Amino acid sequence: MSETTTKPKTGWFHLMKPYFEDMKHSLYLWRRNKLAIVGSIIIAAFLFIAIFAPLLTPYKPDIQNLSEKLLAPSSQHPFGTDQFGRDILCRILYGSRIAIQIVLIVTIISGFIGISIGVTAGYFGGIIDEILMRITDMFLAFPRLVLAMAFAAMLGPNLTNMIIAISLVNWTPYARISRAEALRVKGQPYIESIRSMGASNFRIMFSHVLPMTISPVLVQLTLRMGTIIITAAGLGFLGLGAQPPSPEWGVMVSDGRSYLIDQWWVSTFPGLAIAIVVLGFNLLGDGIRDMMDPRLRR
Amino acid sequence: MEKRGNLLNVSDLHVVFYTYRGVIQALNGVELWMNKGERLGVVGETGCGKSVTSRAVMNLIEEPGKILSGRVLFEERDILKLKESELRKMRGNEISMIFQEPKSSLNPVMNVGFQIAEVLGKVNNKPIKSQYKQAAQMLEFVGLDSDRVLTMYPHELSGGMAQRVMIAMGLAPNPKLLIADEPTSALDVTIQAQILELLDDLVEKLGNAVMLISHDMGVVAEFCNKILVMYAGNSVEYAPTKTLFRNPLHPYTTGLLKAVPQIGRTDELKAITGTVPDLVDPPSGCRFHKRCPQVMDICKKERPPFIQVEDDHYVACHLWGNKESFDEQKGGESQ
Repeated sequence: MSETTTKPKTGWFHLMKPYFEDMKHSLYLWRRNKLAIVGSIIIAAFLFIAIFAPLLTPYKPDIQNLSEKLLAPSSQHPFGTDQFGRDILCRILYGSRIAIQIVLIVTIISGFIGISIGVTAGYFGGIIDEILMRITDMFLAFPRLVLAMAFAAMLGPNLTNMIIAISLVNWTPYARISRAEALRVKGQPYIESIRSMGASNFRIMFSHVLPMTISPVLVQLTLRMGTIIITAAGLGFLGLGAQPPSPEWGVMVSDGRSYLIDQWWVSTFPGLAIAIVVLGFNLLGDGIRDMMDPRLRR
Repeated sequence: MEKRGNLLNVSDLHVVFYTYRGVIQALNGVELWMNKGERLGVVGETGCGKSVTSRAVMNLIEEPGKILSGRVLFEERDILKLKESELRKMRGNEISMIFQEPKSSLNPVMNVGFQIAEVLGKVNNKPIKSQYKQAAQMLEFVGLDSDRVLTMYPHELSGGMAQRVMIAMGLAPNPKLLIADEPTSALDVTIQAQILELLDDLVEKLGNAVMLISHDMGVVAEFCNKILVMYAGNSVEYAPTKTLFRNPLHPYTTGLLKAVPQIGRTDELKAITGTVPDLVDPPSGCRFHKRCPQVMDICKKERPPFIQVEDDHYVACHLWGNKESFDEQKGGESQ
């Protein structure tokens, strides 16, 4: 203790020390939460598979081999093959790349839309708030999947349009949460203080209000990743998303519909993949929420 | 409008707040003025409109509040008529403010250095990163160890340190007018004295005019050379400090002074009877008439004008209705 009182230590390690301490505490909380560990492992495996898909399987996802069609699971094709003789395991592995692409892009776009609308509405209040929040209500009034279907059908069914469609229906919770946070932060004395120093609205919003609203929105972003995958798979299943021969999981489930009785593996394994990844995201999201919420932190 | 001060002239300022309970008439024709380098103390009970006045001077009244009428002349400009961009240029550069709760007036997620540098960057119109050196100088200026405090976050500061940081932020642009809204009420007494002494020193050096808002007569007496007494949204008496303490004219000022303990004082402290009126439905005429020991009929009907009775001594009270009646009464007293 004595050397800290004589001269303050400088250098990056000393400056970063509080962050390390904070991370250590987060790690401790993470280790205590078994479900969060399970979620993390699932998502880590998901990311690993998406990155290294070509190395994990000898097959290609879209090369047809009609002589081997609809084979039951065996050592050569652990998950069997589909009606065109494509290895289902291989297609699931490659499908994870599409899933991750959808999740990331949708999260970024809808997070951006939601946070901008929410913070603007909450910060300015009054008529701007009313207009923006009534627009949000309009989006919330429709069931999300139905609205996404409408958008996807309107834009034309393909992967890019599906991503746009999901982004357009997915931003509402982020807008509501960031609005609530912005409302709370707006009344804080330090906002008045910085305004009395002549800061512009834009500056106050982005450098003082936004950082305070971001943490609950981040939790919501991770919690909703699972929902995004389900919506994407749903649209794919209905033929409004990615189109065959894309190994998107929803499309694969849809492909196996007609063989459900005799060749159960065609639909079941992609369905399981969806279920497991969604479960992983939900567990991870819950874990992150517990870790980031100061009230649940100790 | 006559100009009574060469820095700031506030006249007939009306501010209301629209609430579910009704319209709160927070300011009802406030008059005040300041000269360059002068220190004005604004005193009054809680809820008499001291803080609202200070916000109105910077045109910072927010929804649901509204400035109904009045003029706030800062040097030659009417602040209430300036555009938002001009206002922004003026806030911070020419008028800055120190707040009551220093710890909650600093952004909890940013370190002190950044917050001071941000103000400096805005004032000097330069990128924030280039301003850290000057920010460190400001911290040294208010008596803090800049190496250590620059990277500290508000929760790591004590109340006194935080108020020093606020003073550094307020004085960083070297404003013509510094508004200090109860800068010491959240601090304990010893720190209060330190902070006031510091502010006294710095303002002496820099020559800024200061508007000190307080409910503490002692603090104001020590720090200011002019005092404005406010009651229920009105200016009731304005005088140089000595004059006000020796020769208070308004019954409310008299009452306030009777309620202040002093060393060597042996008589009992007298509180002013009654409570602050509800500003949704303020009393007619003089807003003080229900509590006034010297109430007259006219007090209930007419609002007394804020008039000059002596050189540099203004009062809003029917007892001193005009200069003649003042001289008469004062003459009668001295005989």
